[in-house]
Amino acid sequence: MWHNIFKIASKPDNIPIVGMLLLVFFFWFLSFWAAFKNDRIRRAAAGRPRPEGGKSKGDVVDVIDFMYPEEEQGLPKKVSCWPHLVKLEFVCAIAVMALLMFWSIPIDAPLEEPSDSTLTPNPSKAPWYFLGLQDMLVYFDPWIAGVLLPTFIIVGLMVIPYVDVNPKGNGYYTFAERPFAILVYWFGFFVLWVLEIVIGTFCRGPGWMFFWPGQEWDPHRVVAEVNINWNEFLANISGITALKTETAGLLLGIVTILAYFGLGTALPYLWLKRQEAPIIHRLGLIRYGVVGFFFWTMMALPIKIVLRLMFSIKYILVTPWFNI
Amino acid sequence: MLTEQREKIKEIITESQVYKSIFRRGFEDTTKNRVLAIFGNVFLHLHPPYVKRHALKFTHSWCMGGITFLLFLVLCFTGVFLCFYYHPDKINAYRDMKYFEYDVPFGVVLRNMHRWAAHLMVITVWLHMTRVFMTGSYKPPREFNWVVGVLLLVLTLLLSFTGYLLTDDQLGFWAVTVGTNMARATPLLGHEGPFGEQLGVTAYNDIRFALLGGSVVGGNALLRAYVWHCVAMPVTAILFLAVHFWRTRKDGGTAGPL
Ligand code: HEM
Repeated sequence: MWHNIFKIASKPDNIPIVGMLLLVFFFWFLSFWAAFKNDRIRRAAAGRPRPEGGKSKGDVVDVIDFMYPEEEQGLPKKVSCWPHLVKLEFVCAIAVMALLMFWSIPIDAPLEEPSDSTLTPNPSKAPWYFLGLQDMLVYFDPWIAGVLLPTFIIVGLMVIPYVDVNPKGNGYYTFAERPFAILVYWFGFFVLWVLEIVIGTFCRGPGWMFFWPGQEWDPHRVVAEVNINWNEFLANISGITALKTETAGLLLGIVTILAYFGLGTALPYLWLKRQEAPIIHRLGLIRYGVVGFFFWTMMALPIKIVLRLMFSIKYILVTPWFNI
Repeated sequence: MLTEQREKIKEIITESQVYKSIFRRGFEDTTKNRVLAIFGNVFLHLHPPYVKRHALKFTHSWCMGGITFLLFLVLCFTGVFLCFYYHPDKINAYRDMKYFEYDVPFGVVLRNMHRWAAHLMVITVWLHMTRVFMTGSYKPPREFNWVVGVLLLVLTLLLSFTGYLLTDDQLGFWAVTVGTNMARATPLLGHEGPFGEQLGVTAYNDIRFALLGGSVVGGNALLRAYVWHCVAMPVTAILFLAVHFWRTRKDGGTAGPL
């Protein structure tokens, strides 16, 4: 079992993935450690008087004035860039160069047979950093997995600064002041992006079939997959055979998708409104809508994974031109 | 006696026209000279003259942006040497890889460094983005720099992807085939995408054709990948990097608590 895992992991082009996992875990730990530390400092500082020369105003008092002790001790807040920063950059550069040299001498970049368009490897895989996208092909048609969702990822990342109206946590680690933002980021980055890469690399074998890590990749394995569409699924559980027709499928699909985005954004909105949460006013309707759209688009991936794995559901909406 | 001579030599050097024309500042460790060291140097002046103390800590910035940039420089440097030997055509490309392995002095290490630095850069860009997110450094006034950063992220991935094809081996060929096959499915612009067929899009005029310079991953695709990889995208990346660094500085340096 370890043999197969090792065989995949030690392919030269997959070594970066192993490194990436270690680095992601390390920095995940580091950033949360720093965030919780700051949150603790802030809580402890809550009742204390503002230190002399403290800069904070209003409700952001505590963190700013207590987080960096040197500022409390009266050391200057700023230091000259030369030599303090340039020196560090230099040391850091040497360390990275050393690492790169040590990596480059013993481990050779892969070079396989000359390219041959008649010899298709099975499985054929995209470069490892795109395997998340390739794995989405299992759950979405290529125009969604390969074109639409990547575009949404890029645009979604770009709108973050414009829809995150929380003024706190600007320039320091904190969790308590922005839990929603941080949880969404880590869900997207770690669960969806990084884990999908790991699955794409280690668990997808011939025919892009799923193999548990360590399971031998048997190209002749046959999996009887009977996928059904959303309307067929509903027809089966409700016993109403009329739902199986094409028109019913079309209508049901449209209704489901509209309800998914509509209710998904409207219900939290109404709930927040009832709570009189100030965030609603700060966000405004447009920003709220953008957040809702991207959030539920992102969540569509795990939801479709669950629907597929548990109920073998393939498409929610089937039209003559495209399927979702 | 010796110190006297040394002082004298130092004076001759630092007072010479040549030295002054290059460095324009003295040796003494004064505040003024420290500032001049940054301002008077085209490479260093992207830094601010002063930085916030906490920004120096490894636990704050992880040095990730800087490491990413260093890797970019390594890639430019090794890339130039690779270009000296590489021919982007179907006959020579794979053969040149073999030359790197057996003939070119230090060819193996050169190629290895280029490849591993590229993979590493993809990882460090993600980590840099993560640290910027975790410190909330994209919040006002740095919104736009985050957007520039996202463009750099896309460029980094595309640079890596176009480079993958250049070895012209099975690995690169099929990875790029799989990748560009997705372009077939582009709505409206791809021949297998929604409404593509209705608009008269075929395999010979769709967006994939434009990317590959043909309907298959062949010699034209190799040439296009080469030009994107070695000219167009690095130049674009350098432009955005300049904006990125300039903005970091103009927005008050690495973000701190207000
Ligand atoms: C080629 C890729 C990139 C390079 C070479 C690069 C380089 C840098 C450097 C050297 C800094 C200075 C502070 C630091 O080291 O953390 C910086 C800051 C910053 N970067 Fe990047 N970056 C890249 C990509 C990105 C990406 C993908 C994002 C986000 C999506 C981003 C967003 C930012 C922001 C908002 C700042 C300001 C941070 C602050 O003020 O604390 N950058 N970048």
